[in-house]
Amino acid sequence: MAQRIDVKDVNIYYGDFLAVEGVSMTIEPRSVTAFIGPSGCGKSTFIRTLNRMHEVIPGAYVDGSVELEGVDLYGPGVDPVAVRRNIGMVFQRPNPFPTMSIRDNVLAGVKLNNRRISKSDADDLVESSLRGANLWNEVKDRLEKPGSGLSGGQQQRLCIARTIAVKPQVVLMDEPCSALDPISTLAIEDLIQEMKKDYTIVIVTHNMQQAARVSDRTAFFNIAGTGKPGKLIEMDDTATIFSSPSEQATEDYVSGRFG
Amino acid sequence: MSTDTMDTTERTRALLTSSEPRRKAVDRLMTVLIWAAFVVAMIPLVSLLWTVLVNGAGRVSLDFLTYSMRGIFGGDPSGGIYHAIMGTLIITGWAALISVPVGLLTAIYLVEYGRGALARSVTFFVDVMTGIPSIVAGLFVVALMTIFLGPGARFGIMGAIALSVLMIPVVVRSCEEMLKLVPNELREASYALGVPKWLTIIRVVLRTSVAGLTTGILLAVARVIGETAPLLVAVGVTDSINLNAFEGRMTTLPVFIYRQYSQGMATCREDQLNCVVDISYQNAWGAALVLIIVVMLLNIAGRLVNRWFAPKLR
Repeated sequence: MAQRIDVKDVNIYYGDFLAVEGVSMTIEPRSVTAFIGPSGCGKSTFIRTLNRMHEVIPGAYVDGSVELEGVDLYGPGVDPVAVRRNIGMVFQRPNPFPTMSIRDNVLAGVKLNNRRISKSDADDLVESSLRGANLWNEVKDRLEKPGSGLSGGQQQRLCIARTIAVKPQVVLMDEPCSALDPISTLAIEDLIQEMKKDYTIVIVTHNMQQAARVSDRTAFFNIAGTGKPGKLIEMDDTATIFSSPSEQATEDYVSGRFG
Repeated sequence: MSTDTMDTTERTRALLTSSEPRRKAVDRLMTVLIWAAFVVAMIPLVSLLWTVLVNGAGRVSLDFLTYSMRGIFGGDPSGGIYHAIMGTLIITGWAALISVPVGLLTAIYLVEYGRGALARSVTFFVDVMTGIPSIVAGLFVVALMTIFLGPGARFGIMGAIALSVLMIPVVVRSCEEMLKLVPNELREASYALGVPKWLTIIRVVLRTSVAGLTTGILLAVARVIGETAPLLVAVGVTDSINLNAFEGRMTTLPVFIYRQYSQGMATCREDQLNCVVDISYQNAWGAALVLIIVVMLLNIAGRLVNRWFAPKLR
């Protein structure tokens, strides 16, 4: 199920503005990779290039290569829509579709694509996805209620269920817990630990404890100043990054002596 | 110690209650002003509805709604407005049928795809269209049809085209605003599930904003349903029922009202039995009441659609 991503010399632009410069990294399958770094350093921009979500912003483009199991996502003939089916994404703010019920939100990837699905298959998919997102027990009696009636943490898990319902290989999470309370955050962190058995997971977080708790590898991004491009400073096993990083900037950041 | 506490309490109380008398006065003044403005704005509306109701209610009957004016002369009170009701519904219906697809697709283009010079010029020309006087729209259609059909052509569909010239910019503007209100996060959520852009627009953007779009379109309909001048020149008038928009003249309610009112008093001979002197005025008021009711029914339908499709929370 899980696949590996190789990033080589990626530069990311918004129009003329170089936002992220010269990133190369390997993201291992069946593991959790965390991106940490100060605001504005390009973590979110970078994670959005991994499933070609970056280019929905007018004027934004990428050079360099992002290879999924050796296939360049930016190569000719690659369909961004197919890329996004394969590499799912969970956003910072929970964004269930307001016009849909909980059940329809889980089935959104199927239904919005006008694909036919039998009732029993749909029921199975809803149950397995919601179980996969640890939400089944909380919502199984109100699947027909609107998704926006759930609490913030439940909505975010609904969005995760929606993402895994399309059966991606990789799940990208852009600060999935930053709008949630500590209990909901814990629920999602537990979920991430379970999900890494099946998926490659990349998570952007501002919370270093969270990176330390959930991730196997950590990448530290930094920015030299406003208007300068963000850069990958170093990437290593999470334990190494938080105990003995090789770069001084990383050590300053993880120990809170930043700026 | 206790006096100290007392002191602190008193001082804090003074601090917290020391209000600015000026702010309170201004607040009261503004409340009064705004309520007064509201009442002033309501006076013409209530007075209009009341006048139309009082003058028109007596005339409206089943016969009035189901007969046409064919063969009705002078003070004969047995005529009706069926032909004008149907004319209004048919011409406005055709106008909506033309304007809604054009307007909605333009709005989708401007919000979802449009960039650069083309989008800017579309926006500019939509703004220009908003300012076209309605009579000019009517004359434009007459001039256009004269090229193809020769002079003297008067069809319902010509009126519908004239109305859509007026309606399209309103539809574009209101739909554009509604589509802009759809949060970008929903589009991104849909893209991230591997849904192509066109399906995202249809299934997420339009679906989320359908309530607002309906309201916008109904406002545009309400804007043109009362138009008189362009229809007078492009469709003409008739006393008979004509349900075919592609042949022959038609009458709509506003045009009917205008015609009846401009006829003035009828002259009744002494021996004439079935004659009402002010029947034209009565007809005009009755038709005005019916027109208002039609618009109101449209609005109620819009509200129902709105309630039915609006995103629900629980």
